[in-house]
Amino acid sequence: MSTARKLVFVGGGIALLAGLNQVFEYGFGGFQINPYYARMINLIGINITLAVSLNLINGLAGQFSIGHAGFMAVGGYTATYVTVYHGQQIASLVGQSPMDPGGSSLVMPISLAAGALAAAMAGLAVGIPSLRLRGDYLAIVTLGFSEIIRVIILNIPAVGGATGFTAALPITNFFWIFAMATLTIVIVRNIATSTFGRALATIRGDEIAAEAMGVNSTFYKVLAFVISAALAGVAGGLSGQLFANPLSPQNLNFVRSIEVIVMIVLGGIGSITGAVLGASVLTVLPEALRGLDQQFPGIRMVIYALLLILLMIFRPQGLLGRREIGWAWLRRPSRTKIPADIE
Amino acid sequence: METFFQQLINGLSLGAIYALIALGYTMVYGVLRLINFAHGDVYMLGAFAGYYIANFLSLDANPSIPGAIFVTLGAMAVCAGIGIVIERLAYRPVRHHSRLTSLITAIGVSLLLEYGGQVVFGATPRFFPQMIRSEVYAIGGVQITNQSLLIIVVAVVVMFGLEFIVHRTKIGKAMRATSYNLTVAKLMGINTDFVIAFTFALGSALAAAGGVMVALAIPRIDPLMGLMTGLKAFVAAVLGGIGNIPGAMIGGVLIGLMETWIGATSYSTYRDAVAFAVLILILLLRPAGIMGSSVTEKV
Repeated sequence: MSTARKLVFVGGGIALLAGLNQVFEYGFGGFQINPYYARMINLIGINITLAVSLNLINGLAGQFSIGHAGFMAVGGYTATYVTVYHGQQIASLVGQSPMDPGGSSLVMPISLAAGALAAAMAGLAVGIPSLRLRGDYLAIVTLGFSEIIRVIILNIPAVGGATGFTAALPITNFFWIFAMATLTIVIVRNIATSTFGRALATIRGDEIAAEAMGVNSTFYKVLAFVISAALAGVAGGLSGQLFANPLSPQNLNFVRSIEVIVMIVLGGIGSITGAVLGASVLTVLPEALRGLDQQFPGIRMVIYALLLILLMIFRPQGLLGRREIGWAWLRRPSRTKIPADIE
Repeated sequence: METFFQQLINGLSLGAIYALIALGYTMVYGVLRLINFAHGDVYMLGAFAGYYIANFLSLDANPSIPGAIFVTLGAMAVCAGIGIVIERLAYRPVRHHSRLTSLITAIGVSLLLEYGGQVVFGATPRFFPQMIRSEVYAIGGVQITNQSLLIIVVAVVVMFGLEFIVHRTKIGKAMRATSYNLTVAKLMGINTDFVIAFTFALGSALAAAGGVMVALAIPRIDPLMGLMTGLKAFVAAVLGGIGNIPGAMIGGVLIGLMETWIGATSYSTYRDAVAFAVLILILLLRPAGIMGSSVTEKV
């Protein structure tokens, strides 16, 4: 793609999202979107960012992180903190308050960048020591890390401690959520199709062989981990500043990490479109199960757990496997069976 | 000095619980190289099994030591069965898939037991019947309850028993062979499926014993009680050197002592983070653990 075409795509995308954002907030003619559906769509967008970013480390690099909620917490709390305590100063640069449209479109990217940076640093701090270890140890370390983060947050009164960061300003909107989701998809997709992605694929296949081929596996693993953490931090920043959706140590626990894992496992580990699909399904599914969950508290997680076990037994690669849904998939000719020995 | 010994005793009894659970993690990991996430939840099921058996025998009204022993053995038997069923239904079908697949399955089983427990037993905590009357012994100003003493004694006895099984019996030899190389063990005529099932049964029974012991000392039991305790016990197993039985014991006691000491300082709110901080440190400094020997990965 030429630079000019790229610019057209980016500009067009921003215009489209901004237009949709207007429709979301103010309606279009007589049409007003149902706030319940609007909220669901926003949550889907945040979960897409989370799932696709986790897919970078779990799917593409073949490492296993079960502490994504920890990075989400670091980024989310940092972003929210920036807005709450410095938003006024930042917005005054354009002579507005953080809640005004002009002010928020300056505060939001700055707070998200701060969140991403903080989460990336946390990713670096966890990644360097633990990515030298074997897969299952990494899983435990990421889990331990996210628990430590949770305990630390519980002990910081400035961010609300156990009650959650309720002082957050609701400046997240449709535009930022889907701009970030798109950005995440583009970043992860470009990584997957680049030299970096091929290095990750060799590491996933066989780390020792990758090293023997001259791939610096620790470097690539840590880099993937840091990027994944930064994107999770962005998702946290979006989530924590969504209206009436404050971050709290309770909703950033182990279970939250597992939810994201179920999303990518359901969609297909390593498939970006699969992660998008999984994130969408698993945002809507709990709503559909809400009635049942009120009758039998916990049944939602039971269904998740069964889904996870059955998928692992019968289809460990997930619904899509590594396939992507795209133009190539839509246009592919009727499949001719390839003999097993050629494949 | 008295407070020091008091904390030492408290830490030892907490650590003994972690150690009992860590033994199960270590055995399963030793044989299958699988982190059995559901192990902490088997411990929870042990406490609940004990609760139902004890209530069935109405031990609350007439506490007795033989009754308590019966309840413990009953819970152990129930959990041994559960362990075998979990292995057969969830882990065996994925044994030949990648380790990641097994790990995700283990997480799934763990969630299933926790939230299934919530659906079946209800989310509100239950109160475990007092099967043994609580007594406090004072030795030179240091107080110890009979329950803590029992926990420590049981943990030590179990550890020696396990060492005996693993190193002195035929099934122990088969376990070690399976741990060394599953395929070759099979070629030598060892029924590895049986050995693995036995390992799960043994580990689960120990977790159940831990569950009942804890419920005696801290009678509040709920379906999510295994989550944190299980994770910390796993950390204990890694700290001691995973796959190593005395290591699991040492790791458990160390984690228990550290938690108790932190709990007594002004940093007590950070208590739950200690185990994980220790984990990250040990993996940085000595990934094989205290008692473990490092294994170089072969091509």
